[in-house]
Amino acid sequence: MTSATPTISNPSPGATDQPSALAEISQETLALTKRLFLQLQRRPSTLVAGVLQPLIWLVLFGALFAKAPAGLLPGGISYGRFLGAGVIVFTAFSAALNAGLPVMFDREFGFLNRLLVAPLRSRSSIVLASVLYITSLSLVQSLAIMATAALLGYGWPGGVGLLLVLTTLLLLVFAVTALSLGLAFALPGHIELIAVIFVANLPLLFASTALAPLSFMPNWLGWLASLNPLTFAIEPIRAAYAGQFSLTAVVLEAPYGDLTAGTCLMVLAGLAAGLFLLIRPLLDRKLT
Amino acid sequence: MIELHQLNKRYTAAKGVPVPALNDLSLQVPAGSLYGLLGPNGAGKTTALRILCTLLAPDSGTVRVAGIDALTDPRGVRRLLGYVAQEVAIDKILTGRELLQLQGDLYHLSARQRDRRMAELIELMGMGDWIDRRCGGYSGGMRRRLDLAAGLLHSPQVLVLDEPTVGLDIESRAAIWQVLRQLRDGGTTVLLSSHYLEEVDALADHLAIIESGSVIAEGVPSSLKAALGGDRLTLRVREFSDASEAATVQALLRDCPGVRQVVVNQAQGYSLNLVIEHDGVVEQLRQQLATADLPVFALAQSRPSLDDVYLQATGRTLMDAELAVAGSRDPKAERKASM
Repeated sequence: MTSATPTISNPSPGATDQPSALAEISQETLALTKRLFLQLQRRPSTLVAGVLQPLIWLVLFGALFAKAPAGLLPGGISYGRFLGAGVIVFTAFSAALNAGLPVMFDREFGFLNRLLVAPLRSRSSIVLASVLYITSLSLVQSLAIMATAALLGYGWPGGVGLLLVLTTLLLLVFAVTALSLGLAFALPGHIELIAVIFVANLPLLFASTALAPLSFMPNWLGWLASLNPLTFAIEPIRAAYAGQFSLTAVVLEAPYGDLTAGTCLMVLAGLAAGLFLLIRPLLDRKLT
Repeated sequence: MIELHQLNKRYTAAKGVPVPALNDLSLQVPAGSLYGLLGPNGAGKTTALRILCTLLAPDSGTVRVAGIDALTDPRGVRRLLGYVAQEVAIDKILTGRELLQLQGDLYHLSARQRDRRMAELIELMGMGDWIDRRCGGYSGGMRRRLDLAAGLLHSPQVLVLDEPTVGLDIESRAAIWQVLRQLRDGGTTVLLSSHYLEEVDALADHLAIIESGSVIAEGVPSSLKAALGGDRLTLRVREFSDASEAATVQALLRDCPGVRQVVVNQAQGYSLNLVIEHDGVVEQLRQQLATADLPVFALAQSRPSLDDVYLQATGRTLMDAELAVAGSRDPKAERKASM
């Protein structure tokens, strides 16, 4: 610290004019998002592992059933082609499920308090920043998988298909990020959060249509898979890969009735909206 | 400027037992003052400051800052406050400059305002050499300076600091003291908590002593000391005396005219702590000891100190209070509440 005549500005009363709410929310959200990206840039291992892991899935798991009898899968497609949609969705899902971890560490290290004593226009900025970050991250991951799948000869959804794939992923990522952030505010610490992530991850994968179609499953598992949000994301993407982009076309024959791509997207959108409304009070829990 | 009125707060400890942290705590901090909250660890200082900074809701009571109710308009209060927490929360991956930029955006400063303030504070805190290095490599003193700069970035009317110099080297501590005095001189209201007597004594123009979640004494330090009256004497007849000798001397001096109180201080080699009416008493005591054929190893006289004020208010010294509460705290519950 300098001892030579330091200057210090003291508050000048009445000097604040009120900028718009939107300007303030975007200022705080962008600043918080920038922090997450700086962290990623300086610790890129998350990104590297996040891209490598699904690629390994795709290559190894796709090869596992390479010699399966022809015509085993609906539409007579190869297993690798069938698996692509599942891996894309599962990757985005895993990334979003981990979204709460940085927030939990901020809670534990006291950094969150720095955000909570600041006059944020809306504490939803904290959530929004995480959503922006995770969404961009999982889009990069998804595009990497899609490119690899294309190289492996598993196909490419094309222009409109790509739009459908990305929309589906966005809705899923919003919903799961909201869930994960909710857990980060509700659970006592990161051990518990990691435990929940660990327990939720693989069962949700197995009880979906990511690895096998409904027709392979016993009745009870078929019911579970048809209620699993992952399935609602997987099937429209799988349909897009099959060159079918109509929102009114049936993508899944669930035990309780046929599901169209449009219904799947609406369920995902409803889930995302519901979860965001649900976690909002948790942010304000300290002052209720 | 700051009014805390009858705040109550309980924590729930591990076995569901409620632990009272604040007990009808009331406090009025005048605008432009440098106000010290003095009390042992666990007295409720941090809880009171966290409630003031809108991080924690009280079970009952009111909080107002510059007339704004913190419970109904927390955002209005947050705008006025700068808060420097006890545990410095910085992001190790960011550089100091990036942290300050983030802070500026959280307080909605324009890029120009922010950069001007940052330049000012970097110079004031002497952070120029390391502000572009990542925070993970900073020493405790550097972190604390950065944290103080972050708290000051938006030029708050009220600066709240929780134990700002715990664990700091003497140089960093002096530097922080200097900044706090400057802020007060410039019109900022500064409220700091401390369990260091000398810190409150050196800095505060007002103080409140907090014990068990309540304010038990309040005022201007010099008046509080003056109100006690008398001088303090510490007497040692030998370098290390024993209980019986101390008792003999105590009995001998207790009834001397001009002696108000004689206490045996077992912790310091059975020395005797006396309160006397005036200087003349010292000579009488010397004669009394000489007549009884008792030596004098050391005899020190002082005006009433802040520790004496504390002793008078609570019945024990600050150090004894610290030792007493050390065993009865539940750090896990406190940590949980702070998340």
